Amino acid sequence: MTQLILFNVFNGLIVGAFYALMALGLSLILNLSGVINFAHGGFLAIGGFVAYALIPYVGFWGALLVAPFITAVLGLVVERLLIRRLYGRDPLYSLLLTFGLAFMIEDGTRFIWGAQSLPYQVPGWLLSPLSSSYFFLTGYRLFMVAIVAIAVIGLFLILGYTRLGVRIRAGTLDLETVSVLGVNVRLLRSLNFGLGVYLAGLAGVLAVGQLGLQPTIGSSLIMPSFVAIIVGGLGSLPGTLLGGLLIGVASGVTAVLFPSATEAVMYVMMAAVLLVRPRGLLGEEGRL
Amino acid sequence: MKTAVSSDLTKQAPNLIVWLLLLTMPLWVIHVGGYIELGSRVLVLGLAAMALNFLLGYTGVLSFGHAAYFGLGAYGAGMTIRYLVPSTGLGLVIGTLVGTVAAAVIGPLIVRLRGVYFAMVTIAFGQVFYFIAFRWSNVTGGDDGLTNWTRQSLDLLVAKVDILHSSTAFYYLALVIFAIAVGVMAWLLRSPFGRTLIAIRENERRARFLGIPVDRHIWISWVISCAIVSVAGALYSLLNNFVDPRALYWSQSGDFVIMAVLGGMRSFWGPLLGAAIFVVLQDYLSSVTENWMSFVGLFFVLVVLFFPRGVLGMIRRRVAT
Repeated sequence: MTQLILFNVFNGLIVGAFYALMALGLSLILNLSGVINFAHGGFLAIGGFVAYALIPYVGFWGALLVAPFITAVLGLVVERLLIRRLYGRDPLYSLLLTFGLAFMIEDGTRFIWGAQSLPYQVPGWLLSPLSSSYFFLTGYRLFMVAIVAIAVIGLFLILGYTRLGVRIRAGTLDLETVSVLGVNVRLLRSLNFGLGVYLAGLAGVLAVGQLGLQPTIGSSLIMPSFVAIIVGGLGSLPGTLLGGLLIGVASGVTAVLFPSATEAVMYVMMAAVLLVRPRGLLGEEGRL
Repeated sequence: MKTAVSSDLTKQAPNLIVWLLLLTMPLWVIHVGGYIELGSRVLVLGLAAMALNFLLGYTGVLSFGHAAYFGLGAYGAGMTIRYLVPSTGLGLVIGTLVGTVAAAVIGPLIVRLRGVYFAMVTIAFGQVFYFIAFRWSNVTGGDDGLTNWTRQSLDLLVAKVDILHSSTAFYYLALVIFAIAVGVMAWLLRSPFGRTLIAIRENERRARFLGIPVDRHIWISWVISCAIVSVAGALYSLLNNFVDPRALYWSQSGDFVIMAVLGGMRSFWGPLLGAAIFVVLQDYLSSVTENWMSFVGLFFVLVVLFFPRGVLGMIRRRVAT
């Protein structure tokens, strides 16, 4: 029993890490530009499919490095052509536009790669269990957690110590002042969007090794990412990270104890958090 | 602000035209290439979009989770007829109650949020019901949907109306309910309560300073809007004699929002027009291409870029200039 629970907690942690990675990108874009990027799941799927297409040419490691960048470039193009026009307008419009984009990406990937799950090659040595009593601790799973951890630490370092990061954080608090101080806000928003989409692409490359590669992978991961943001606290990136991990572990544990509520538990958590603390666990006051 | 009530004929003309078209629909729909079920679908989804617009266009609150209450109404009606009593009327009542109670309970959790956050929380909450319908498969039929039931004949005191086999009769039943629901919304919007909602939309802070309990008003508006959406949902499952979890899925919520925006959020009849365009287009696209989802997505993008005010909003603007 303890092993079963440990197994599911660990599983939940991995899934939670994906939620968190995706939610962090969503949060970045939401905080700076006030846009809910519904197409975020679509970008995640694109990351996975691009990696799948690249593996024969550049190998697993090459794809891991290149695919998120290609996804981010695509994100920049979308931002430039479409989303940029909607900044400052009623958030309804960017929501609807990215909603339509999500449809198009899902259907487009289905058109190109088909609806069924594709085989995704992970290096063999990563797949073997590390210990026989804890069979679930394969190298790939630890590897995923490590990559997510590196990405998250990298993100916080960028936000904390680079000029771009400082500007993003300042812009989140008061974009007008940042603009008056001579920062190119358009460029800032673009780069921020690209950064967010990069995280989605990275999550995509990693997730397909674990969850399988099919066009609906994006739409199945986007809702939990919303929940992660709400539970963790609106406007707080550490909160988003915490929220993602929490709901991941919670659904992992529920999968053992009460399997039919695996998906519902995160929404119950969200309701509880909103009831007790409407701004979320680490949300700042006044940013509702 | 212009006075709301006006006996001026030119102002009543749009209402007259809409009602005339709706009343005569079964007579002309076949001649323009449609069929009566399509008309019923426009009516029912149009009602849902108008109900959403009560919140979206008139209270200024962005809900992206109305499919949940639409689906609850649909399942409420279907399950009542399937498991409890084979009565269309009771199915409608219970379906509406289920959706309304759920909205009333969730309301207090979300009314303090605004803007994108309200949208996000409403989307997320909608998913709970989707998963319940999906997972509780021995009762709800799971992914395959709730089958093995049909709407029942209406037993009015004077006569029995066979709405099951006559789609025209069902259309008129839906139209009667539509008229009641729309009438209630129109009446509410003209009342001091409705004016207060518009004041909140225009300037929430000022409304608050005037002593209006804003959160409570938004909660009431939310419950009314969800109640009417669940009426529409109940009608929808009766129309199809079927309901599946997709009625609860978040993409259905997006459809309602695009209908409202496409027709014109600032006009009372706009969402109905939007629903008509959307339903007919979807019906056509899914018959000619397998990739209709891409086209619907493209349609969303085009509407946002080129028709953000909606069809009626554009017409009104053209008339004004």
